[in-house]
Amino acid sequence: MAFGNVKNVTGVVTINWNWCKGCGFCVGFCPTKALTLSTEYNAKGYHPPVVTSPDDCRNCEFCQTICPEFAIYVRRVVDNKENDNA
Amino acid sequence: MTYATSDAEFRSDSPMAEFLRMERMPHIWCPGCGIGSVVNAFAEAVKKSGVDMDKLAVVSGIGCTGRVAGYVKLDSFHTTHGRAIPFATGLKLANPDLKVVVVSGDGDLFGIGGNHFIHAARRNMDMVVICVNNFTYGMTGGQVTPTTPQSAQASTTPYGNYEYPFSLPFLADAAGATYVARWTSLHARNVTQAIREAMNHKGFSFIEVIAPCTTLYARRNRLGDGLNALEYYQGDAEIRHGADTRTVDIDFQGKIVVGKFVQREKPTYLEAVNTRYANVLGDDYQLYGKTQPEREEEAKRDAEARTLEAERMLAEDLPEGGE
Amino acid sequence: MRKTAADPKGVLSGHHFLDGDHALAEGALAAGCRFFAGYPITPSTETAERFAERCPHVGGLFIQMEDEIASIAALVGGAWGGQKVMTVTSGPGFSLMMENIGLACMTETPMVIANVQRAGPSTGLPTLVAQQDMMQVRWGSHGDYRIIALCPDSPQECFDLAVEAFNLSETYRVPTFIMTDETVGHMHEKVTIPPADQINVVPRNWYQGPKSDYRPYEFTGKQASSMVKAGDGYRFHVTGLTHDERGYPALTEEQNRKVVTHLIEKIDGNADKIIRLEEKDVDGAEVVVVSYGITSRIVSKAVKDAQKSGIKVGSLRLITIWPFAEKRIKELAGRVKAIVVPEINYGQMVLEVERAAAGQCRVISVNHCGGAVHDPEVILTAIKEGAK
Repeated sequence: MAFGNVKNVTGVVTINWNWCKGCGFCVGFCPTKALTLSTEYNAKGYHPPVVTSPDDCRNCEFCQTICPEFAIYVRRVVDNKENDNA
Repeated sequence: MTYATSDAEFRSDSPMAEFLRMERMPHIWCPGCGIGSVVNAFAEAVKKSGVDMDKLAVVSGIGCTGRVAGYVKLDSFHTTHGRAIPFATGLKLANPDLKVVVVSGDGDLFGIGGNHFIHAARRNMDMVVICVNNFTYGMTGGQVTPTTPQSAQASTTPYGNYEYPFSLPFLADAAGATYVARWTSLHARNVTQAIREAMNHKGFSFIEVIAPCTTLYARRNRLGDGLNALEYYQGDAEIRHGADTRTVDIDFQGKIVVGKFVQREKPTYLEAVNTRYANVLGDDYQLYGKTQPEREEEAKRDAEARTLEAERMLAEDLPEGGE
Repeated sequence: MRKTAADPKGVLSGHHFLDGDHALAEGALAAGCRFFAGYPITPSTETAERFAERCPHVGGLFIQMEDEIASIAALVGGAWGGQKVMTVTSGPGFSLMMENIGLACMTETPMVIANVQRAGPSTGLPTLVAQQDMMQVRWGSHGDYRIIALCPDSPQECFDLAVEAFNLSETYRVPTFIMTDETVGHMHEKVTIPPADQINVVPRNWYQGPKSDYRPYEFTGKQASSMVKAGDGYRFHVTGLTHDERGYPALTEEQNRKVVTHLIEKIDGNADKIIRLEEKDVDGAEVVVVSYGITSRIVSKAVKDAQKSGIKVGSLRLITIWPFAEKRIKELAGRVKAIVVPEINYGQMVLEVERAAAGQCRVISVNHCGGAVHDPEVILTAIKEGAK
């Protein structure tokens, strides 16, 4: 939900494809459902997540904190001053 | 969105780079194990609180959770089974400037280590004890522990557990712990907050974190995978701050009462020792060479820092996003 | 060994009338020990009590832990917190401590543990003398490792060897044991404590180099590496698992060989520097009596009597029990008719003597169970037997 010119806070997600063990925590608990389990496999046979709706990411960092493998993190996108009100 | 193509890049860019021994990643824990989430929460708490990482020491015992000490980039000690707490006691008493955090599992802390737990709590030894409770001895293949709920299956109770489990917050409270909280590994932000409060608390702090053991406890009891466990926590966890610790037992797959149950002020072991000896010897008492006035000055500064941190925590409504 | 003068705060200079237990405490304080974690057990409790009384005066800390296991675990932690640490116990407590003694050996943690021996096994005779833990101190924990053990024969030596034990433990980064017994522990004798500047103390070998280069271990097999303490920003890791130089777990056969070889060689290879013996009239002797601790005081009477009756007999007192003086025993065994080994046990150090003597001479053991010291007559009879 945005008010006038105010943009939503958004983040850029980085995923370590090889460290992920496909537990599904990030996908299951992302509040905006921005992540989905991919259909591809990594070298160990797991399905890592992919960010299917990058614009829905709110940089809440929950995926980063809940991931037991330390395989995912998010960085806030800061493009202009109007964003700095979150 | 980026897929990290360079492993080296990921290791150095990750927000955990300052906290973890990245050269030892990936770790040994199973897919869906809750320990990693607790380590994340701990890292967040350390970051947010601004605690001096050079003065932070982590001590762990034996078991899956015991491996935490080996992965954190702090002065860390992987000790013998059940003896993390007395080791931490010696460490803290030999160097009172340290902030000592014990991270270990339910079997290590309350089976073999039970006696040490109650005495450290009784003494109000100034340390934080984080117990990752997955209701099992995971590393050795899923045996019953003093927290395994009745009727649960474990490798040494293959027909279902008939033993009565501890209620850890009740035990901690009864033994004299002055900060007692329970959360689940799903409540990562609450765990972070609890660890922050515990590190800022003077005295014996105990945090129980219920976490999944996918390979053993969950598999043996047909509870699904880690995600199923987190969904169970989400559905059945009930936040009751200040709940009476006599009422927070966990039945097999039953309600989990979480929250901060105990928080009270009481002189720590070392404070009690110092007061008693200062009474006898006055200014002649110099623990490890520090005079009584020097110690009083230090205690004042320490109290000020704790008040500031407490105010900071109060001022934060929600954890800030996008720092 | 680099040495400095003792910290005068912990040195009770002067002439005292103390029992062995009390002298042990004073020796530890003189050596710079400022953290003691222990548990009461007869006949060692007096050492803990002395510490409890003296600690506040010297700026140290005493804690009575909930059991011996907690005590030894607290010592390992206390050493890594930067203090010189000690505990005291007897047989049953000694058995409890074994696992964490192994941890201390594996992590190369300096500490001093005194065992005021009493008769066993199990609860045994809590108030009566024995020398029954001599093998246990060497082999008590699981796995391969080496320790250093000293054996005082008087309250004065309790003081002196306590200082030496700390010096050895700091030099070799190894738990060092003081194996006294109930009789030495409870006998009162004159103990002279020199002025602080006359007591040589080895300070901890603190690492001096850059933080980024620090490695907690160096498996040279020749000497112990330098140490740091928690809180100084080295961010080191210590584990009981087989580890590499960084202290990280490294679970391979090859790494285990590296670590264990180092733990063994750093003591065995320096045995000549470590071992101290007291020999009397050994040159030209036909019989040598090898003894240690309280038994050696009875031996001196037996040896005198034997010499009066014309037997060429000498005595060798083991001040250092482990590493064992096998070179010296082997040498003597080649020159004498017999070695007599009296001990208050069913034969422990005599096994080492036999091994070292390698059949070159007779080895006569004079054993009895715990509860009382030897009658000099019994040792005299053995000497006469050996001289035949």
